[in-house]
Amino acid sequence: MGDYLSSTASQRQEMLKEIGLSSMEELYAQVPGPLILQNGPDLPEGKAELEVHETVRQMADKNHVFPVIFRGAGAYRHYIPAIVDTVVTKETFLTAYTPYQAEISQGILQSIFEYQTMICELTGMSASNASVYDGATAAAEAVAMCRERKRTKALISAAAHPDVIETVRTYCWSAGSEMELIPVKDGRTDLSALENMLDETTACVYIAQPNYYGILEETEKAGEIAHAKGAKYIMGVNPIAASILKTPGECGADVAVGEGQPLGLHLGFGGPYLGFMAAASAMIRKLPGRIVGETVDAKGNRAYVLTLQAREQHIRREKASSNICSNQALCAMAASVYMTSMGPGGMQEAAYQCMSKAHYLARELEKIGFSPAYEGEFFHEFVTKSPVDVQMLMEHLEENGILGGLPTSSGILWCTTEMNHKEDMDRLIRLIREVVK
Amino acid sequence: MELLFEKSVKGRKSHILPACDVELVKPSDSFKRVQELKLPELSENDVSRHYSALERRTYGVNNGFYPLGSCTMKYNPRINEVAASLPGFTEIHPLQPEHTVQGSLEVLNLAEKYLCEITGMDAMTFQPAAGAHGELTGIMLFKKYHEANGDAKRRSIIVPDSAHGTNPATAVMAGMKVVNINSGEDGCVDLDQLRAAVGEDTAGLMLTNPNTLGIFEKDILEITKIVHDAGGLVYYDGANLNAIMGVIRPGDMGFDCVHLNLHKTFATPHGGGGPGSGAVGCKSFLAGFLPKPHIVAEADAFKQVYDCPDSIGKVKSFNGNFLVVLRALTYIITLGREGIAEGAENAVLNANYLMKKLSTCYQVVNKGICMHEFVLTMEKEAKESHVTAMDIAKALLDNGIHPPTVYFPLIVPEALMVEPTETEGKEMLDKAAEVFISIYQEGMKDTAGIHQKPVTTVIGRPDEVKAARNPVLRYQP
Repeated sequence: MGDYLSSTASQRQEMLKEIGLSSMEELYAQVPGPLILQNGPDLPEGKAELEVHETVRQMADKNHVFPVIFRGAGAYRHYIPAIVDTVVTKETFLTAYTPYQAEISQGILQSIFEYQTMICELTGMSASNASVYDGATAAAEAVAMCRERKRTKALISAAAHPDVIETVRTYCWSAGSEMELIPVKDGRTDLSALENMLDETTACVYIAQPNYYGILEETEKAGEIAHAKGAKYIMGVNPIAASILKTPGECGADVAVGEGQPLGLHLGFGGPYLGFMAAASAMIRKLPGRIVGETVDAKGNRAYVLTLQAREQHIRREKASSNICSNQALCAMAASVYMTSMGPGGMQEAAYQCMSKAHYLARELEKIGFSPAYEGEFFHEFVTKSPVDVQMLMEHLEENGILGGLPTSSGILWCTTEMNHKEDMDRLIRLIREVVK
Repeated sequence: MELLFEKSVKGRKSHILPACDVELVKPSDSFKRVQELKLPELSENDVSRHYSALERRTYGVNNGFYPLGSCTMKYNPRINEVAASLPGFTEIHPLQPEHTVQGSLEVLNLAEKYLCEITGMDAMTFQPAAGAHGELTGIMLFKKYHEANGDAKRRSIIVPDSAHGTNPATAVMAGMKVVNINSGEDGCVDLDQLRAAVGEDTAGLMLTNPNTLGIFEKDILEITKIVHDAGGLVYYDGANLNAIMGVIRPGDMGFDCVHLNLHKTFATPHGGGGPGSGAVGCKSFLAGFLPKPHIVAEADAFKQVYDCPDSIGKVKSFNGNFLVVLRALTYIITLGREGIAEGAENAVLNANYLMKKLSTCYQVVNKGICMHEFVLTMEKEAKESHVTAMDIAKALLDNGIHPPTVYFPLIVPEALMVEPTETEGKEMLDKAAEVFISIYQEGMKDTAGIHQKPVTTVIGRPDEVKAARNPVLRYQP
């Protein structure tokens, strides 16, 4: 049996004696007797570390790791520079608590300050928080930020990621406010429909760039339409794409959010990922969660602290802007290390490669009868129709070590990143031909 | 210390990506970014040294004693990290076909089974990413339950004044009204106040047991009965489960729903603030409302069931913080039946031992045996000598000990909340007691001196007022 206790049995006896007790059971004397489990919980016997390692290894072996992936839909396999995991597995970063004690937490605090700066640079916004749980909850929190007394309704693009839509829907139901979907036309948010939906009760409009189908939205125009009717504008952005596309700041967004997983985080069956959130200057004090600010200590040295805490639950309780306490700090650090080691050129190179490869693959797929479902300009994902049975196609690819695009109701949603070499794509096409013929 | 941006040198870089092997495609002008992307430009060596320097300016459980009350800063076993770095887990896309993710589904299913056994619940979701997220999910279950019963007028959540700040903040996010009740003189729920507070509008009560004073609510069966009799439900805030895991179960106390902080009780690391995991368990009558999908073990395989017509929906994308859940499961597999309970017992033993040692000098709020944590108060010293809880905390920084939680719970003036956890040995507790006591004695002798603490850290006490008044939230060249 494994345990991580330090005191020996005889030391425990000494300690019991010191507090005037003779057995461990007496520690629970104040608990009503019937509540004490007589035989402990019904769990297997504990294991030694070697056995534990084998046990988890066996479970890992029951998963299938695809060497080649053409599936994204909210989780993307990018190359993760070696330095990223080296940094975020450092014991001290791993085991530290939230940096309440600034004097011994300058390392974590500075890293968050640097992260906030990078998110501002990436999104073109004024201020970032220290992270929230993921892209979907970031969108839900952004909607909550924009809610006002008379403006409570959120308009969410139906071309947003389904999990974003679902999560925002749950949060809105919870808060007792309305949410409506802006329809999609030809794979893009229907902006003329949006114009008709906006009214004096609309709090905000959420548009994803690129959207779930990979298509680039007219994000500047969407912002103008929202603002013309007095609503706030939230943009959800893919952070790799954001390095080469017009920033939320340039598009007039009031809040920018997104899923930070592409910034150096493993696929990990869905988490932990990273929700990033940044706001225009007028909205800073509405941001939820931790925020790090610069100040000085008594001697005038530059110092970093958790700041604007009057927004937060531990101070404001029921008047807080959100209940968030723990966030995704270590994932935010991974994102900082990723962005720093890629550098501005590397980030943009990754973005161009993602986009270029997707266009190569789309062309090759079209040649063999997989015509695009939509016309619009796209980034690194696109939807095609399939001339063959999708299930059969996916099984054939799987037998050959490839995770194909995601089957959806509008067609197959394909994705490429810098990880997909031309020869992989050519092989994919050859394999698909075997099914098509 | 310089920021990454201040170390940046134009044109410096790491070589990460090969050249593009297909024709280059760029977005058309109307989509193109105009603003220059100003990220740091550094070599890998620069990055490595930068973060090594930041690490030296950080304090983790690996550096020393961390008795931060309500946070359960126990040792984070490294085998859990090894498990979470296996490519068979890290390289799995969340939308892979079901038969290719059986290992991951087994992890979620086993974790549900074991944690339901430990909490006395019937079903569990791992979608919530943190404790507060779990609370929100749990209160959403309550809301959905009352709505399903045609009882939507139940919109009040009762919260004791000793509760964590997340409880009232959560209730508001779930569209509830918060009804605060004061604690009794012993720091426990005042049954008369509770009886007066419940009614036809009561959706539920949020409670942690042991409470934030480290006292087990001995009337817990009566408390849960009062709420149930009034038609409300009872929510267990799992922040303090470490005192009782494997010994007492929230389900047996009458709780209908719990969240667990896997990053506290089940030894997954805090990562400087996250990621955590706020698993939510509930009794069977609430199970249909849990977020979807639900993982079900069938004869031949694990299935993800999306057909959950009564579900509140999703609270997060995909499957929550999966790799955190995996770490917690690894921990439970290691400890097993005896180890889990032994952990709780030793957490309580350590707290009582340290409390006894400190009671020779400090004013202890707890009477008699405490659970996994206890509370000291500097009320008298603050009034008479201007030596505050904050002063003690800051002086500890000079002595290689992370301070306890300060100024919480709110019902105790000048509070220091101490939670040693089970993974500290007797020597560490003896040493810590000496340090706490000598700081107190020196501080009371030299009251001006203690206000200057800490003096050995990389910065002195920061000016927090300036930070909030003139927020500088990003680097500007």
